[in-house]
Amino acid sequence: MFLPAALAVLMLCAAPAWAEDASAGVQRATGGVTEAVLFYVFGGLTLASALGVAVSRSVVRMAVWLFGTLGSVAMLYFLLAANFLAAIQLIVYVGGTLLLLIFGVMLTTRSPWARFEARPAEVWSAWAVCMLLLVGLTALIGRVAWPAERAEAAGFSIAAIGRELLTTYLAPFEVASVLLLVVMIGAAYLARQEN
Amino acid sequence: MLVVGLTHYLVLAAAVFCIGLFVMMTKRNIIGILIGVELILNACNINLVAFNRFHGGSLDGQITALFVIVLAAAEAAIAVAISVNFYKNLSTIDADRGDALRG
Amino acid sequence: MSQFAVPWRDKGPLPLNTVGRLTVRIAILVYTLARPVLSRFAGFILLSAMFASVLLAWAVYGLFGYVENAVRDAPGTVADFQAALERSSVPLASVVAYPLWPLQYPIVRDVIGLCGVFAIILLIPMFAIWWERKVAGRIQSRCGPMRVGGWHGWAQSMADGLKLVCKEDLVPSDADRALFLVAPYLAFVPAVLAFVALPFGTYWVFRNLDVGLVFVLAMLEVEVVGVIVAGWASNSKWSLYGAMREACQMVSYEIPMGLALLIPIMCVGSLSLTVAGDAQSGGWHTWLAFRNPFTFVAFVTYYIAALASCKRAPFDLPESESELVAGFHTEYSGWRWCLFFFAEYAAMFVVCGLATAMFLGAWHSPLPASWAPKSDAIWAGAIRGAMFGGPVWFIAKCLFLLYVQLWLRWTLPRIRIDQVLHACIHTLLPLTMLLLLGNTVWEVLVGPGDVLFVVVNVLMSIVGAVFVLGFVAIAAYGWWNRRRLVQPRGWKYAVDLLKGS
Repeated sequence: MFLPAALAVLMLCAAPAWAEDASAGVQRATGGVTEAVLFYVFGGLTLASALGVAVSRSVVRMAVWLFGTLGSVAMLYFLLAANFLAAIQLIVYVGGTLLLLIFGVMLTTRSPWARFEARPAEVWSAWAVCMLLLVGLTALIGRVAWPAERAEAAGFSIAAIGRELLTTYLAPFEVASVLLLVVMIGAAYLARQEN
Repeated sequence: MLVVGLTHYLVLAAAVFCIGLFVMMTKRNIIGILIGVELILNACNINLVAFNRFHGGSLDGQITALFVIVLAAAEAAIAVAISVNFYKNLSTIDADRGDALRG
Repeated sequence: MSQFAVPWRDKGPLPLNTVGRLTVRIAILVYTLARPVLSRFAGFILLSAMFASVLLAWAVYGLFGYVENAVRDAPGTVADFQAALERSSVPLASVVAYPLWPLQYPIVRDVIGLCGVFAIILLIPMFAIWWERKVAGRIQSRCGPMRVGGWHGWAQSMADGLKLVCKEDLVPSDADRALFLVAPYLAFVPAVLAFVALPFGTYWVFRNLDVGLVFVLAMLEVEVVGVIVAGWASNSKWSLYGAMREACQMVSYEIPMGLALLIPIMCVGSLSLTVAGDAQSGGWHTWLAFRNPFTFVAFVTYYIAALASCKRAPFDLPESESELVAGFHTEYSGWRWCLFFFAEYAAMFVVCGLATAMFLGAWHSPLPASWAPKSDAIWAGAIRGAMFGGPVWFIAKCLFLLYVQLWLRWTLPRIRIDQVLHACIHTLLPLTMLLLLGNTVWEVLVGPGDVLFVVVNVLMSIVGAVFVLGFVAIAAYGWWNRRRLVQPRGWKYAVDLLKGS
């Protein structure tokens, strides 16, 4: 019981470090094997957590599986040399959006085990549609003649992100700020206590 | 299979997208539907960042993903507020029960 | 003995196989033989253990440096490694090449580094828990733990840990079992991950992330999820109330914490913690807390917000023992509760570590680093580590800030949840925003070369020095007059009392 958990924790702790190393090209000497292994590990975790979300019956469990998905996607961002985005994903998505969803769950549940499920016909038809979409997308992805890929990640610094936000993307930046203000006011108004 | 390229990430993102779509279609709990929306947004983000890494000469992919994260947080806030209102009015969070238009 | 009958099924004594029984017998034998020696020389053993661990850390660090310098390209065979070592004139290369050969692989170095990180994260909470009980005792005019292990009960934490591990593993029958089991790990793992990016020195960091600060802040925030899941999964209203209050408080106080940390980042120009530490290497006046009044007040604001974010008193309503039983970890016992506690004390240390790295000069001493001897010899390295900066300075400063946290917990009364949130949103948040604005204007209009900048810098350094020296003076006064202060009628009364007993 204890030893595998301890090993898993150990490996988890090294994960962002190895992902960042792999993205920085440190392991290029071994032919990108580390990057491949880490991609399969984190990609597998993402898929497994997403499937957990789909299969879970209680909403709180769905939220915890979503936490797993968001964390794995953050590790994928580390692997894709988007360090800043990974950290922002962890802060905003996990520490903000997920927390919001969990609060929403707790404010709207009568009992922890209340569950209402779709009828089996709906589930099967949804599954069929999604499988069809997945097969179609994969076939499409396989058929496109993608242009040449860049082997090494371009080293963008965080200063570059800041500069882009304040020059090229200034208008969306300001609009997003105003939008967040409107959202704060709107959410506070919508969820107020009626006396 | 050993050298991971763009298509690997695209297929992964497509899979997460389809799972998110499944969640949105089958869950009746409004918060469950919201969780599906988050999965779909994450899939799109993976696509954006993967393109930025493998094709990008500039930071467009990462900045767009940043904006997507911010907007996802905003819409989750509003959606949770709406669902709290829904629960207050109808005493249930089942989306199928919200089928009567009141004048 | 029916009056001791329990309503649940008694599982009997701990079932152990032969190996288990043998281990227990050997442990009891070793303890019985070692206890007189241990109690008598406990202080000496502790000091030498600390000294030995410092030497070991330094030796491993030097070793890694040698190996990295010797091998610049891909890892090779033992013969290649030996040749590379001989090129860098490492003594006894032929003997040393064999055991050190695995160190060529970065993954082996990573695993050893991870073991170091794990050692830190296990030892620091144990030390902090013991120290808290001693400090609490001293503030309450009693001694704290004195027995376990001899000298001032230093082994109390280990004994508590052993007791907690042997406790029965309780899971409430109505609880969500899977979430209940997972929640302590959800709270503990982010605390460990935060240590991955926390620098103890310029190269004493497991991974020098260029987004180090944001990563550590993210890890502190992920802990909230573990706490909420714990409160929810316990299926008890006390746990749920504690979890909701705690999440509310932690998330609210992350905002002034993050904004207050933006202020030194603006002065340094990078999100990396090692860059921020290196920017403070010029002595007392270059420490970012003493750069201008805005950073000084930002340091205080960050510290208060961090106190609330770690749910420490006076903001410890989520764990208030007198009100909520035990808050979100009411239903947890034994090893899982231990994990929550470790996570809390590790988070306390991480928060102090951030304050030290960003405001208090990270691992540098008050002396400027340019005065340090520059040679590569061992004696020069020792002087540099002891007097001019190094991991020991970092840990010492963190422990001082930790001490202030412990001190505040046992001195200030607890405040209500609405007062907590009022303090955050009505006081700390506007203050932090004003500081951010002020510091921006200051950095733009009064650049680092200006006369006004230097004057204000010197003034704030003097203010800081006054604070520190004042603290030292008051502490010295208190220690010198300790008997007289405890007994208000004069220490002679205390001495007479002691003689009479």
